[in-house]
Amino acid sequence: MSSFKDAGHLFRFAGLFVLAFVVFLVVRHWVVPKTFGQYGHYRGASIGEMAAKPVKYAGHEACEACHTDKADEKKAGKHAHVNCEACHGPLANHANDPAAVTPVKPDTVVLCARCHTASAAKPKKFPQVAPAEHSNGMPCQTCHNPHSPAMDAGGAK
Amino acid sequence: MNLSRRHFLVLVPAAAVAWKAVLAGTPEEAPNYNQAEHWWGMLIDIPKCIGCGNCVKACEAENDVPEGHFRTWVERYHVTDGNMTNPEVISPDGGKEGFPVVQEDAGKYFFVPKMCNHCSDSPCTQVCPVGATFVTPDGVVLVDQKYCLGCAYCVQACPYGCRYIHPEKKVADKCTLCYHRITKGLTTACCENCPTGARQLVDLKNPNDPIHEFLKTHAVQVLKPQMATGAKAFYNELDGSVR
Amino acid sequence: MSGVEGFMYPNEIALQWSVLIVLYPFITGLVAGAFILASLERVFRVEAVKPTYRLALLTALAFLLDAPLPLQLHLGHPERSPEMYFTPHATSAMAMFGYVYLWYLMAVLVLEIWLDYRRDIVLWSQQSKGLLRVIYKIMTLGSSNISERSLAIDERVGWIVTLIGIPSAFLLHGYVGFIFGSIKANPWWNSPLMPVVFIFSAMVSGIAAVMLLYMGVTKLRKKLIDIRCVDSIAMYLFYIFIIDFSLEMLDLIHRIYEADESFRSLDFMVHTKLFLSQIVLQICLGTLVPLVLLFLTQVVKFSEVVRKRMYATSGALALMGIFAMRWNVVIGGQIFSKSFLGYTTYKMTLGTREGLLPAIALTILPFIFLFVLIKLLPPWQDKDLHGTAAAD
Repeated sequence: MSSFKDAGHLFRFAGLFVLAFVVFLVVRHWVVPKTFGQYGHYRGASIGEMAAKPVKYAGHEACEACHTDKADEKKAGKHAHVNCEACHGPLANHANDPAAVTPVKPDTVVLCARCHTASAAKPKKFPQVAPAEHSNGMPCQTCHNPHSPAMDAGGAK
Repeated sequence: MNLSRRHFLVLVPAAAVAWKAVLAGTPEEAPNYNQAEHWWGMLIDIPKCIGCGNCVKACEAENDVPEGHFRTWVERYHVTDGNMTNPEVISPDGGKEGFPVVQEDAGKYFFVPKMCNHCSDSPCTQVCPVGATFVTPDGVVLVDQKYCLGCAYCVQACPYGCRYIHPEKKVADKCTLCYHRITKGLTTACCENCPTGARQLVDLKNPNDPIHEFLKTHAVQVLKPQMATGAKAFYNELDGSVR
Repeated sequence: MSGVEGFMYPNEIALQWSVLIVLYPFITGLVAGAFILASLERVFRVEAVKPTYRLALLTALAFLLDAPLPLQLHLGHPERSPEMYFTPHATSAMAMFGYVYLWYLMAVLVLEIWLDYRRDIVLWSQQSKGLLRVIYKIMTLGSSNISERSLAIDERVGWIVTLIGIPSAFLLHGYVGFIFGSIKANPWWNSPLMPVVFIFSAMVSGIAAVMLLYMGVTKLRKKLIDIRCVDSIAMYLFYIFIIDFSLEMLDLIHRIYEADESFRSLDFMVHTKLFLSQIVLQICLGTLVPLVLLFLTQVVKFSEVVRKRMYATSGALALMGIFAMRWNVVIGGQIFSKSFLGYTTYKMTLGTREGLLPAIALTILPFIFLFVLIKLLPPWQDKDLHGTAAAD
């Protein structure tokens, strides 16, 4: 049809689009990560990457595997559910290579106050004291065994 | 008390297999973990929280959370005169170093730990333009930091304020439910370090999980239920004043 | 914490979306509005606005070329933005951006401009020398066919493109409104009216911009302003402004009446932190004053000189008002806490990537683009660059 002759420029414009689209498809195939779409609209490999990150806290089971004496002390006392690293800090590197990394014992004056300083905001039944009145700056472990701290349950030193 | 490495491995088999994966450093999941068997959530037991901030500190240590940003934080509520619509709320540095001491008054105080709710119908993953944030098959909302553009649309879409843009990496960041720990049979850093058991990981696909049992037998709530996000952070005894 | 009143969730204190994100909808709004004005002539055959037809198209193109720049400066990883083309997430309104932008740029705006100018481009490619000749030659795509039949085909196809272009322009700017309006987490944004309000305010800003540009550029060229044209544009501006104002009032009245859980916090915010930008700049100076001025020009017969001054004032105030509206939406939506218990402050920086200076630069840049486009594709029939009269 003669109209096609006079519309040649339009076909050229359309041709540019088609070319660009083809280039786009090629680049897309090359660039989009292979695991994309594996589980959903995301890069499947990122799940594995997230799971492979190193841990900093070993978890109480790892501590208790070696430190059975402290674990037994704790089990019977008021701190039974306070995990080791809650006071001792992250120690996965120690659990991994006990000889190479020696943990520093925490300073009880600072540490214990964190939970046990009395405040009307805390639950009423929770054991809490005003540190100045209670111990006047003396380290808590002077009287309390940190692993089984209750005085009347045989935890006094 | 110096046990040999071999003895250690024999004593703790679950952790042992996990350690192998950790030490291997290969980007694939720990071999004894099957995504399809788990559907993760968390229980936060309000009456047990003492506002010590240990969870915030632990999360920061475990996950290298940048200063001034929080993957988890603790809020302290003060409700007076039964006025639920106007509580006084503070969260000094996210509660990381605890809260200032208060004297007794007529109102009630309580602490509310907050975190990503790992919503099953999450509004944040819905709005991501490229698929950089997603819900895993085991129910954890993660960010692919190698793919994220840093547009912050997900930060705007989260009703709970749990996301932020990492100041150095310039990508979205948030609580990952310590995915790198729970896939190795460990619990999250916040749960591990909570001294009162106010935070407990729960596997909603595991009928033997005692926390799952707790959820079935107690009145628990989620934050902003009207948003219908399918939030999986369940709060025991959540007060009506909590925002 | 400095700048915080009451309680904010800790991660909410610093704003995520800066003045650049205020600028982006303002710019795409100008694009959409300018195009709608051009379509008045092409599709609705409003002869009076014909003098602004080509200028409106070039204005739209100049601003559209500038539009992605504020977004690129904002992104944490702009080098990853092609991901929006390769793996767009179908549930995300923002993912539409790449494709809607490209569609509008190539299949609507560039195509329409090309079709309208093609005869002139072919003539210029034959008459000019040097680099210009090469540029025009490339623009002809190698075809020098400007027969009656081919031009008639161009006219027909151009008409269809404009027809498709109108909903495309609505899509280009409406999706921005949807980006905000679909966020249930943010009650200041969450509204089904948001895309509609954005579209109508875009039309106001685009029409006002083309009107001001036409009056300004004509004066610079020392030509006579076609008063019938400007009267016509001002009339459309007035009616569309009424619709825009009504929609915004509807949103406001609805909020006040329903008074849901967010209302107290938002109301306080509007009366304090947003008082200057919303009450004074957007509503009073940016909407009510131009509406009154335009209304007066519709009912009272003023002299040409007075009318032109009133139009110019209304247009400038309207542009300021629409910018203020974008500011109030974007910044306003981030300075209140989602706990409804507190507020933060937007600390706009000066010279950083998302600061005031880049924002100003990105506002000036489209005018530079427009200057180049006007030189390359002169919209007017008088002597062009090459000393020969351009085609009508």
